[in-house]
Amino acid sequence: MTAAPPTAEWAPSAVQRERLAYRRARGRRSTLVALASTLACAAVAWLALTSAPGWPRVRASFFDPEVALESLPRVLQGLWLNVRVMAVCAVVIVVVALALALARTLRGPAFLPLRIAATAYVDVFRGLPLLLVLLLVGFGVPGLRLQGIPASAVVLGGAALVLTYSAYVAEVFRAGIESVHPSQVAAARALGLTRGQALRHVVLPQAVRRVVPPLLNDLVALSKDSGLISILGAVDAVRAAQIQTATHANFTPYVVAGVLFVLLTIPLTRFTDALARRSGWLGAQGALAGAGPLR
Amino acid sequence: MTRQPQAAETATTLPAPAPDGGAGALLRVRGVRKAFGDHVVLDDLDLDVHAHQVVVLVGASGSGKSTLLRCVNLLEEVDDGVIEVEGRDVTDPRADADAVRARIGTVFQAYNLFPHLRVLDNVTLALRLVHRAPRAEADQRALAMLERVGLADKARAFPDQLSGGQQQRVAIARALVTQPALMLLDEVTSALDPELVGEVLDLLGELKDEGTTMLVATHEMAFARHVADEVVFLHEGRVHERGAPEQVLDDPREPRTQEFLRRFRGA
Repeated sequence: MTAAPPTAEWAPSAVQRERLAYRRARGRRSTLVALASTLACAAVAWLALTSAPGWPRVRASFFDPEVALESLPRVLQGLWLNVRVMAVCAVVIVVVALALALARTLRGPAFLPLRIAATAYVDVFRGLPLLLVLLLVGFGVPGLRLQGIPASAVVLGGAALVLTYSAYVAEVFRAGIESVHPSQVAAARALGLTRGQALRHVVLPQAVRRVVPPLLNDLVALSKDSGLISILGAVDAVRAAQIQTATHANFTPYVVAGVLFVLLTIPLTRFTDALARRSGWLGAQGALAGAGPLR
Repeated sequence: MTRQPQAAETATTLPAPAPDGGAGALLRVRGVRKAFGDHVVLDDLDLDVHAHQVVVLVGASGSGKSTLLRCVNLLEEVDDGVIEVEGRDVTDPRADADAVRARIGTVFQAYNLFPHLRVLDNVTLALRLVHRAPRAEADQRALAMLERVGLADKARAFPDQLSGGQQQRVAIARALVTQPALMLLDEVTSALDPELVGEVLDLLGELKDEGTTMLVATHEMAFARHVADEVVFLHEGRVHERGAPEQVLDDPREPRTQEFLRRFRGA
């Protein structure tokens, strides 16, 4: 049998056109089903909520639009403090956590004390409840009456957040570093790179990419836990809402603060997802596996 | 190049693809086209595989061999044309892809064993989950199949404790144990050390003698010569030549085939 002459211009056959039409129809149906199912679920949830016997009272004390409007400026002002604490802490945490993670991966007998210290630190601060760390740092450190230590609730609260979160994030980094296959180090060392260079230019870039999703998870958690510094007296969104709640004798400011926190974290998540997709971070391993349209 | 498969001398000559439009063929491929963007990988391709027949696809890397296999078990969606397995149009979007795949065994170049499962569990997984066999029966059938490929003593081992050739034999056992109508083998010896290639090719020769229907993409010309009922030469996604192995490999008529084989021998 011989080869047929090359097909010049390909036009879908009748079979293929029918298939495409079927797939389009099915796609449209899927959209409609998704829409209908979403609306139905929302309706059921709404009806269940509003038909509860106590709903009118709950609406009055938790969803009062007037109180919401009046408390919004103060709560927003508080949230600005949360944002600043979060931003500064996040940077410090990443630096400290990376140092801890690297300390734990150091080889060589001379580094033993460093390894032990880093391991002990992670063990202790992952085990201690954040609330306890906040109280101990917030009230214990000023009690030392050391020179040059600021007594500000915001600074001490931020320090407590850094202490706890660094331990968590260090473990995330360490997991990322250890997930990079040893053959990568072997290849780097075979090229003549030192251990440090291999770590800096080969291992860490791959490790950090892999741990971006869990890191973001910790950042979102941090944005909410930054509200805990209110127990030291800092007027953040939670504290501001508390004050407003007392002023108005109405719980609506708490709901306002809650909505603001959610609004704060959603763009954060979407931004990182988009960043990861654009950089091809998520697709890198999928492409290797040769994933097809698995139906 | 490799040890000769045992089937060499007994290779039967089955009738070449009949001009009857492939009626009665186990696998019938007609006018299949597949493109990735502007790159046309399969171009109006026709192919038949009859029951108990071994069809070997040869051709340079990128000629479309692997893509064709991936289209047959629906890992890729064709852009046009029809693929029928046992008379059923599997390219119909209404076709149940899982049911189609349950009738097809696939062996990959890189084995693709599940590293977290023992050899026995790799082999029983589809029996238990897809074919709903009870655990005891699945184990029994899997052990028999492992015996068949000479690896019964490795049933409790994990894949990374085996050599490449052993892993590929496990992968073949995993594909065979569900008694598929058709086996697809995608360059199954390309990732193996040369001294391990023989054990896998020997096994495939034995399977042919037992009547297993296979569509095989390979670069092993000696294997194609001794086991194939039909050799199909692909170039740029089109069949340029097909026929008995002696004809295509020893006396190619098409210039493309001649050039390919010349380069292959020259290497």
